[in-house]
Amino acid sequence: MLRRLAVFVFVAAALSGAASAQDTTVTIKSFKFMAMDVAVAPGSTVTWVNDDEEPHTVTSETGLFASGGLDTGQKFSYRFEKPGVYKYRCSIHPQMTGTVTVK
Amino acid sequence: MADDIARRTALKCMAFGAGTVFALSGGIPVSFPLAEAASPKHAGAKPLFVQISDSHIGFNKDANPDVDGTLARVAAVINDMPAQPAFILHTGDITHLSKPDEFDRARQILKGLRTSELHTTPGEHDVIDQGRVYFDGFGKESGGKGYYSFDSGGVHFAALINVLDFKQGGLGALGADQLAWLADDLSGRAASQPVVVFAHMPLWTIYAPWGWGTSDADAAFALLKRFGSVTVLNGHIHQIVQKVEGNMTFHTARSTAYPQPVAGTADAPGPLKVPPEKLAGMLGLTSVSLRRHAAAITLADRTLA
Repeated sequence: MLRRLAVFVFVAAALSGAASAQDTTVTIKSFKFMAMDVAVAPGSTVTWVNDDEEPHTVTSETGLFASGGLDTGQKFSYRFEKPGVYKYRCSIHPQMTGTVTVK
Repeated sequence: MADDIARRTALKCMAFGAGTVFALSGGIPVSFPLAEAASPKHAGAKPLFVQISDSHIGFNKDANPDVDGTLARVAAVINDMPAQPAFILHTGDITHLSKPDEFDRARQILKGLRTSELHTTPGEHDVIDQGRVYFDGFGKESGGKGYYSFDSGGVHFAALINVLDFKQGGLGALGADQLAWLADDLSGRAASQPVVVFAHMPLWTIYAPWGWGTSDADAAFALLKRFGSVTVLNGHIHQIVQKVEGNMTFHTARSTAYPQPVAGTADAPGPLKVPPEKLAGMLGLTSVSLRRHAAAITLADRTLA
């Protein structure tokens, strides 16, 4: 019985993408994504929170994800399934850039 | 030539505070304070249009909790002008978050203007949704493209859009299609016709670290070089910065909503909170006049104070 349970847990972990998937929060403050570069395992969800008085967006360079305008206190989440380097910026203040590395 | 140098020197006298006027005569600017604008020696000046900018309808933070109110006050100042301008020009960031109700409120306030003709170009705050709402309303004139041209009072106006396709480092961009359109739009025009070009973000690089510039604007300037009088207007930076280069005069407008820091004096651009009694002196409008006989263009900045 114990062995069967162990196998079940292993299969569940494999199905969820990776045992090390971990959710991460990026804070937007003073016109910066903090942290600017984050690394997560496949299957992880990254949540951005706008802590500025100015609205910002989280907009993928490739069009994969786009938050739309985030006013003060608003959040946006995206789940990264596949390994890769995902560049994004704020479409309102495009000098603000960030990267999510999925590996 | 000596005369040219003397006139260029005169431009340095433009910092008169709340109201300043400068005239562009054959590409050589001369300046005089707004208080003198009504004097007989400038009697040829005729209000051509008024530029307003960066109204940020929807903004409600400390830097200005009543952006609807300050836009309405700017409209009242324009309505009180002794001679009404032919049209109003809004150089973008009409709204703060591109929301339909923000555009609606801006439209309602601007309906209070005695001058009903309005031309606009969007700011990046107006196209957070890639311009879906903007192009359905204020931007209809541009046929969904953002750039268009028209003539008024013998002056040719070209509206450019530089907020849809940002380049590395955050500078604005015009793009090949728009530049080809501009070349076509300007071709065949007499070099003696005054040209006014306007966009939201500065077409000249004011401060690259904050994205205050347009990466491919030099290609547009090359097309404009042969004209005797070129005026380049924009908003975006919520303060007045100006320069003259050859026959081209560059001028940025104040916001109707809130000021921003001077380039490089803060960690980031953004709303600058000032004491309430100082706010009106940092908001305002630019009145642009054409002196027909001298083929001159005159700009006058006014604050709400």
